[in-house]
Amino acid sequence: MDEALLRSLTPSVIGVLVRRGADFAAAEDAVQEALIEALRVWPADPPRDPKGWLVTVAWRKFLDATRADAARRRREDLVEDQPPPGPAPATDDTLQLYFLCAHPSLTPASAVALTLRAVGGLTTRQIAEAYLVPEATMAQRISRAKRTVSGVRFDRPGDVATVLRVLYLVFNEGYSGDVDLAAEAIRLTRQLAAVIDHPEVSGLLALMLLHHARRAARTAPDGSLVPLAEQDRGLWDTALIAEGVAILQAALARDRLGEFQAQAAVAALHCDAPTAEETDWVQIVEWYDELVRLTDSPVVRLNRAVAVGEADGPRAGLAALAALDDSLPRHPAVAAYLHERDGDPRTAARLYAEAADRAPHLAERDHLTRQAARLNALLRRSAESASSAEDR
Amino acid sequence: MAKYLLLKHYRGAPAAVNNVPMDRWTPEEISAHVQYMRDFADRLEKSGEYVGGEALAPEGTWVRYDGEGRPPVTDGPFAETKDLIAGWMVIDVDSYERAVELAGELSAAPGAGGEPIHEWLELRPFLAPQPTIDECHG
Repeated sequence: MDEALLRSLTPSVIGVLVRRGADFAAAEDAVQEALIEALRVWPADPPRDPKGWLVTVAWRKFLDATRADAARRRREDLVEDQPPPGPAPATDDTLQLYFLCAHPSLTPASAVALTLRAVGGLTTRQIAEAYLVPEATMAQRISRAKRTVSGVRFDRPGDVATVLRVLYLVFNEGYSGDVDLAAEAIRLTRQLAAVIDHPEVSGLLALMLLHHARRAARTAPDGSLVPLAEQDRGLWDTALIAEGVAILQAALARDRLGEFQAQAAVAALHCDAPTAEETDWVQIVEWYDELVRLTDSPVVRLNRAVAVGEADGPRAGLAALAALDDSLPRHPAVAAYLHERDGDPRTAARLYAEAADRAPHLAERDHLTRQAARLNALLRRSAESASSAEDR
Repeated sequence: MAKYLLLKHYRGAPAAVNNVPMDRWTPEEISAHVQYMRDFADRLEKSGEYVGGEALAPEGTWVRYDGEGRPPVTDGPFAETKDLIAGWMVIDVDSYERAVELAGELSAAPGAGGEPIHEWLELRPFLAPQPTIDECHG
């Protein structure tokens, strides 16, 4: 069964139900039930017209739920007949759904869950598995989110920036569960790019593709993290890189720079270097300068300090770092790296151990502990050879 | 079946036999340790005895209610002397003996020099939910 097709039809089927008069929450529930039924029935009995099948089943589910509701409330005056389909094309429905599911009144976690269900066509169970929470918890999060947006008009244009933030969050969650959220984020961003023409949508899509292209090289066979400089660049996906670069170049040519385009430009410069030594750090620093101008984010400044360290030497990097708050996440890791490059393994080892204590991810913590261990072993060896030289 | 919580401590447990901090191991020894832990969890999953497990960051905060309309009081970071949990694993096994056997295996994870750490792990039985039989035949 083509699950990707099933999922890609979800937003337009919700749109059909909404135009027939269902409110968003009821339409979304009905389509979710139809999806679950499709997953059950389609493998043995695939429909000739998948979208028609989904619309019919979802509409029936909606009517059943409405009747049950009405019976409960002793009101029998609800829609019985199928109203004619409205005139709006499916692409508008899809775009409206993106806006609604990323509505600013939603918390990021709710917006992510609702987007994955209503736009992505994932089942509650799949979303729960991807975020490692119980299914009942995820179901509650989604129904609360739907109540929050219940008063929002479906036909108002939203802010594309909020949608991009939600998709970026999904991408960053990666692939811990059964569902590959990074791949899902790319699919949803592609689908968004098909219905709205916006350079930052292209920027985000390019950014995701360029990061995704390096995924196979990012983890060693034993599961440990491989930093960019040590990756086997032969494992990078050149087709994804080419696609990402092309999308980015077309976006940049429109001269409406935004943070995702600038981040993608940094990623593209890394992808463009045949070896780590050939990386164009000077240009990367320039892109970070743009990013500081666009976002004024301390995390961007931290990344910029790394790039300055590579472009102008570790002392310059440490000077850039000195201006930043050392409680920033990854600050000790950056400091450790720059101190090691500056020829001070003792300070670097201490900072790597501190960085490991503060690491937000298990794989990152193991990696940083290994770095501390590597330097401590080096220091032990040089202390031993110094003392054996004295003995002689 | 009975559920048990296995607790690993950063601090507060009796000293391990092979008690060398991880950043003093070689990188290869760290890799071997990580692999052992992963294999252990995989094996338990296959035997149908694994429920869940996660590692915890070493920092944390005490929090308590401070009365109506007031924000909670926080106290942190933890003092150096505080008992500090590094991670937990929940297993569902047939007997106490099986739980002890598994905790022993986990404690044998390799550390410095590739030798077992002999780390002390805390093993805690869960209180079962309410019983289904309410007659007490003495």
